[in-house]
Amino acid sequence: MHGEESVFAIGSQALGRAMPMYLCLDPDGRITGVGPTLAKIAPAPLVGQHFLTAFDLRRPGGIRTMSHLVSRSGQRLHLALSGAPGTNLRGVALPLAGGGMLLNLSLGIDLPAAVRQHGLSERDFAPTDLAMEILCLIEVMQLVLGELHDLNRRLQGEKSLAEEEAQTDTLTGLRNRRALVTRLHSLIESGEPFALMHIDLDFFKQVNDSLGHAAGDHVLQEVARIMSGATRSHDTVARIGGDEFVILMPGMIDTGRLHRVALRIIGQLSQPIRFDPHLCRISASIGTTISTFYTPPVAERMLADADRALYVSKRAGRGRITVHGEDG
Amino acid sequence: MHGLINRTIQIFLRDTYGSEFWARLARRIDIPVEGYEAMLHYDDRSTEVLLEAATALLQRSRETILEDIGTWLVSSHVGKPLRRLLRFGGVTFTDFLNSLEDLPGRIRLALPDLQLPTLDLDDPGTGQFALTCRGLPGFGHVLVGILGAMADDYGALVLLDHLTGRDSETVNVRLISTDHSQGRSFTLAGDA
Repeated sequence: MHGEESVFAIGSQALGRAMPMYLCLDPDGRITGVGPTLAKIAPAPLVGQHFLTAFDLRRPGGIRTMSHLVSRSGQRLHLALSGAPGTNLRGVALPLAGGGMLLNLSLGIDLPAAVRQHGLSERDFAPTDLAMEILCLIEVMQLVLGELHDLNRRLQGEKSLAEEEAQTDTLTGLRNRRALVTRLHSLIESGEPFALMHIDLDFFKQVNDSLGHAAGDHVLQEVARIMSGATRSHDTVARIGGDEFVILMPGMIDTGRLHRVALRIIGQLSQPIRFDPHLCRISASIGTTISTFYTPPVAERMLADADRALYVSKRAGRGRITVHGEDG
Repeated sequence: MHGLINRTIQIFLRDTYGSEFWARLARRIDIPVEGYEAMLHYDDRSTEVLLEAATALLQRSRETILEDIGTWLVSSHVGKPLRRLLRFGGVTFTDFLNSLEDLPGRIRLALPDLQLPTLDLDDPGTGQFALTCRGLPGFGHVLVGILGAMADDYGALVLLDHLTGRDSETVNVRLISTDHSQGRSFTLAGDA
């Protein structure tokens, strides 16, 4: 910066227009001139004060004398007005011909706060300054963020509503537990007698463990197809857990028929299911109960009784059916 | 059409005439009552459908509604940020008029896909200005609303006149007095 030959002479008003936050220092560091915008935001008149007391130099560190400042000529300085902690400024100090320094300062990221606090307008900035563009960006960004925030909240609400209302098990296309419970209650309410069949796959865990989840998923989809095929269109077939299913059969109160349907399902499920190049072998255990066993039928009790009957089947060696009440 | 435009009309209608009115209008044009998303794009026709329905339900002309939108844009609570920006850009009403040309470009900086009309100010120095806009038919009426409300804001007395050209609209602004009233106090930059 030293030894430059051309020298500019410029009036303070013109300087103030080009650099509204300029600062002129005499060789001792006393402030001799202040740009109009800097004067506006300063807590006290700056002219006559010593630069190093009127400003708090943050970076680079160690500037405690005028010669330190001169040695930092041309570098970016981070500083604040003493007694105005919110005004973070940045700037550059340049040596003047004949001694002293010229500093050009600007509002850093505190621009919006300073504009508000000091009632600045575009005229307080150099015509080349991008202050207006930055404020415009900030306003639009806040508008857009607000809109996106609202949108996200709405989507979140719609998503949980959709999940809540979902009635279908996405893997198998069967009804899910929620749909089952709804149907169970409405059957009880209608007074129509029905059978409830709780089915648990045997050896499914082995398929999953030895051939992986893809094989497991394939088997579950085949199982769903078999169960749907073995039941009537007005029966409800639901997958209520990993390998647990419940079938509701309106009008099915004959235990003999119930036995035959259950055995047919077990028979079909015991056929090997192809998952190339493997054959997956599973079976099923079934526990059932019938609404006419209860006065009045209670959904939770029926589910618990069918579950208990299912475990009787399991203990008896799998691939069996047990009707509640027939298990001794 | 950028969703922000339909969204603005929606919020104006809801803010001015109430949620029930908006729900009625939404049912009439068969859109969800949540209305438009600001960050999506819609068919250009949707804006026309929206304005037509508002015109029919309110029994007011399209021009009046557009002008009201302009007034609302800078004088309502929702419009505070825009008013703040416009005030920042101009210390006087004349300054403000001159800064309008830059506005579409500045907004485009933040929202490149929002096609705002271009604005050209003719200022022969006689206190008589002509602001011409191209793109978004009807935007001239919105400008009339904006200019009127901003004149009030500056305490300036102006006469506004809207002319429809072949592919543009022009708002003639006659500045009668610049210190007609006190003007409103304002704060620049966000409240946050």
